[in-house]
Amino acid sequence: MSTSALPRDAVASPKVGRSKRGIDTRPLVWPSIAALLVWMIVPLALTLYFSFRNYNLTDPTVQGWAGLSNYTYLLTDDSFITSIINTVLLVGGVLITTIVFGTLFAVLFDQEFYGQGISRLFVVAPFFVMPTVAALVWKNLLMDPVNGLFAYMARGIGLEPITWFTTTPLFSIGLIVAWQWVPFATLILLTAMQSLDREQIEAARMDGAKPIARFRHIIVPHLARPITVVVMIETIFLLGIFAEILVTTSGGPGDASTNLVYLVYKTALLQFDVGGGSAGGIVAVVLANVVAIFLVRTVARNLDN
Amino acid sequence: MKTKQRDKIIMTFLGWGVAFLVFFPILWMAITSFKSEIDAITPSLFFHPTLESYTTVNERVNYFGAVINSVVESVGATMVCLAFAVPAAYAMAFYPGRKTKDLLMWMMSTKMMPAVGVLVPIYVIFQQLGLLDTWTGIIAMFTMMNLPIVVWMLYSFFREVPKEILEASRMDGATPMQQMRLLLLPLSLPGVMSTALLSIILCWNEAFWSINLTSVKAAPLTQLIVSFSSPEGLFWSKLSAASLLAIAPILVFGWLTQRQLVRGLTFGAVK
Repeated sequence: MSTSALPRDAVASPKVGRSKRGIDTRPLVWPSIAALLVWMIVPLALTLYFSFRNYNLTDPTVQGWAGLSNYTYLLTDDSFITSIINTVLLVGGVLITTIVFGTLFAVLFDQEFYGQGISRLFVVAPFFVMPTVAALVWKNLLMDPVNGLFAYMARGIGLEPITWFTTTPLFSIGLIVAWQWVPFATLILLTAMQSLDREQIEAARMDGAKPIARFRHIIVPHLARPITVVVMIETIFLLGIFAEILVTTSGGPGDASTNLVYLVYKTALLQFDVGGGSAGGIVAVVLANVVAIFLVRTVARNLDN
Repeated sequence: MKTKQRDKIIMTFLGWGVAFLVFFPILWMAITSFKSEIDAITPSLFFHPTLESYTTVNERVNYFGAVINSVVESVGATMVCLAFAVPAAYAMAFYPGRKTKDLLMWMMSTKMMPAVGVLVPIYVIFQQLGLLDTWTGIIAMFTMMNLPIVVWMLYSFFREVPKEILEASRMDGATPMQQMRLLLLPLSLPGVMSTALLSIILCWNEAFWSINLTSVKAAPLTQLIVSFSSPEGLFWSKLSAASLLAIAPILVFGWLTQRQLVRGLTFGAVK
């Protein structure tokens, strides 16, 4: 028991790189660092450069420095404000949905019932479905206002079918994304449930704690740490939602379902305004870093315990 | 005892009900893929099952080519990524310095950078280097994309290996290379496996870079499916067949490995 604590400090030299007791770690660590540096800094520097240039592929006559005009144009553009709001709504909405349903499903599938193991496989399946497939299947087979299954069901009970992607585009995309990520949250939280102290629950039950009280005071605190992990991983991926928008609404109608990622894509690659698109990219990077600092700190604290 | 039995039956209905609802879109897609195009636009469950759509999909697009591209690109990128990440994680886990924590944070923060912010320059660089629509280009891209996550995960798995074992072998003259190959990798094999699995799944389902940087030659399944979105999106049976073919390999793979996956996904945080 005590041996594991003893030599740890002796081996772990506090110095970076070469140390008397350790080895030269630089050749081991540097390939990764160098690769990431090159991959991050070169394109980022280029994006930064482009963002201050007049650079439109459709109009090569206008060139030269643009000063801050790409940024002022972007920041005062209504599409930009809309895209920021959409990004926040999408990330926030999906996060809340997945955590709530993930927790409920984790508790449900932790109970003993017939065919528990197999039913779990079905619940986690959507996580393995690629975003383009998920979006296409929902858009056509389920949500199509004429021939989709939902439309048939609505007509069956005498309702007018909903035109999902024109009346509630952002919500519809959120629904598809949540469908992909609820299984992820369930998978992680279900695994965490298995390390829950059963005797504690039993004792609480004996003492007359109602199921809701047991859930609130024992299960939720136990899941707090895995939930932060879920939030971090999901945020990284949700900030970059692209394929689901591309194949369903293409950001429309208008800008109703355009998030920041899609706005940059539209500006740079569909309107060929590389300068404007790059300015959007830089703004996206800055915003993501604000979120990142906050998240990484939280998770780092959790990993230390 | 009786109430317990009753509870179990209620739970069975509830559990299977939820499982059915969540799985339903995939099930519906599978059913539709065996319909003819005319049956596909009605929700009827009574139809003559046919493999018509599967044969047309194989005639129209190069499915097996796309599968090979997906496999080569995701497995290739995962191998390259591990080659970079194992030494780095080994050094950080067993010879940590004052800056190790910061270094890990920095690596993770590169992952937070939205891909779209660097899309234009990467596209231009790829074009200049002739990497567009090539295996090399996509493997390089996927490697960089997953490197931070892979380093993090390996780091947290390596830390669970007792230092004394490696230290003893070092005293006996084992080089870092030998330590990694003969001790560390065998000892933390489950962790390394789950890291590799996650990396393969992330590559397989990656849609942003693969759509923007490939067209035909190196196009993986994600790109193939986009080509079905319009105007062929109207042909639901073919769309379903292509979709099912695209997700089937990774779905089976994910199911077989889900236990190891969870460990990887949570950086070893969920025991």
